[in-house]
Amino acid sequence: MADDGLKIELGKQGVFVTTIEELYNWGRRSSIWPMQFGLACCAIEMIATTMARYDLARFGAEVFRPSPRQADLMIISGTVTKKMAPQVVRLYNQMAEPKYVIAMGACAISGGPFKQGYNVLKGIDRYIPVDVHIPGCPPRPEALLQAFITLQKKIDGQHLTGEGRPRHLDAEAQGEFPVPVPGEHDLEPTSNPGVWPVPITIR
Amino acid sequence: MKTVEEIEAAIEAAVPGAGVEIVSNPSVSLQHSLRLAPSHAFAVATFLRDDAELSLDFLSNATGVDWPEKEIAEKVKVTRTVTKTVEGVEQQVEETVEETKKRVVPGCLEAVYHLFSVAKGHGPVVIRMKTANRTDQVNLPSLTPVWRSAEFQEREIFDLFGIVFTGHPDLRRLLMWDEFKDHPMRRDYVEPDDFEYEPTAHDEVLKRAEAHRARLAAATPVQEGAGA
Repeated sequence: MADDGLKIELGKQGVFVTTIEELYNWGRRSSIWPMQFGLACCAIEMIATTMARYDLARFGAEVFRPSPRQADLMIISGTVTKKMAPQVVRLYNQMAEPKYVIAMGACAISGGPFKQGYNVLKGIDRYIPVDVHIPGCPPRPEALLQAFITLQKKIDGQHLTGEGRPRHLDAEAQGEFPVPVPGEHDLEPTSNPGVWPVPITIR
Repeated sequence: MKTVEEIEAAIEAAVPGAGVEIVSNPSVSLQHSLRLAPSHAFAVATFLRDDAELSLDFLSNATGVDWPEKEIAEKVKVTRTVTKTVEGVEQQVEETVEETKKRVVPGCLEAVYHLFSVAKGHGPVVIRMKTANRTDQVNLPSLTPVWRSAEFQEREIFDLFGIVFTGHPDLRRLLMWDEFKDHPMRRDYVEPDDFEYEPTAHDEVLKRAEAHRARLAAATPVQEGAGA
């Protein structure tokens, strides 16, 4: 069903045509329930996003779940300290597929202003796959809404078969991510190479 | 409020042999402090809290200071007798020469407490204690039994500086995890080498990222002729 014009034309005649893929992705993207947890000041903006002025409910994501078992989306809202990182990865592992991650704010995507500190992880993407990164310190609620829309577009664009299909439809895909162990000087390992290959800087 | 000298005299009167030393602060603030001998610190602290006139009932802040071992080079004038030939005659002449002498000031760790009185509305009185060295004799008496608010702050000092407070009810690390071995606020703390990827355009950071890459290259030898 590639012909959108034909679809609209049929719709005018009272005929609804769709594909399983479209229906499936529509269902997935329209009820992304985030997990209810915040790590630092970004969480305050996250809370503001859910309230009446910004109204996250418009995107079907108003139901914040206090249990990882019932959540689809993890919003890493704030500084991930090295002491907290194992717990964040463990919570992510406990979430059921399909699951998504939004890294919210400078700290969550890179360590932010605390990057060179001894106690702050340089970005949660070192341990778990992140779908959308939002910069900002903290990002405004509009930015979080933008991240939601980006995530929905990403879900909509996914095919259910073939290369690049969602992880939960891929029997070979890695479902559990190793939880880092607190070591004597740093977390061990310092990153998960399967998730985070060292980026190459091009200048 | 009493001056530091008066407080020192009051302490000496109440706790004989307390060994309190005044550390003067020549800066504008003139915030002089009292260095307590660890052996008498608990008695002195109790006195400071319970004395009717001082009644320092509120500990607002406790922190640590790291004093690493320091080598000080000083120029000293030394007079010595030298045999010289002056106007054809050999003479014993006294000569003054400048010499650079080096002495090593041993390092230590220090805990600093800022005390106020809510009842009297005065303060701060700054008291401090020094450990014997930075490695094995790092014990200081805990002041938590005197001021309860010292509990978390002493745990933080223990965590970040490595001062062991004897008599503390629950001395565990506060910010870092239990398995952590270092003390991050010490001057000689070595940060973990996690500079794999640094898009930051700060020269210092880029240098460290460069050093990280060099170390990695040295650790993994290039497999030459592996395919041959």
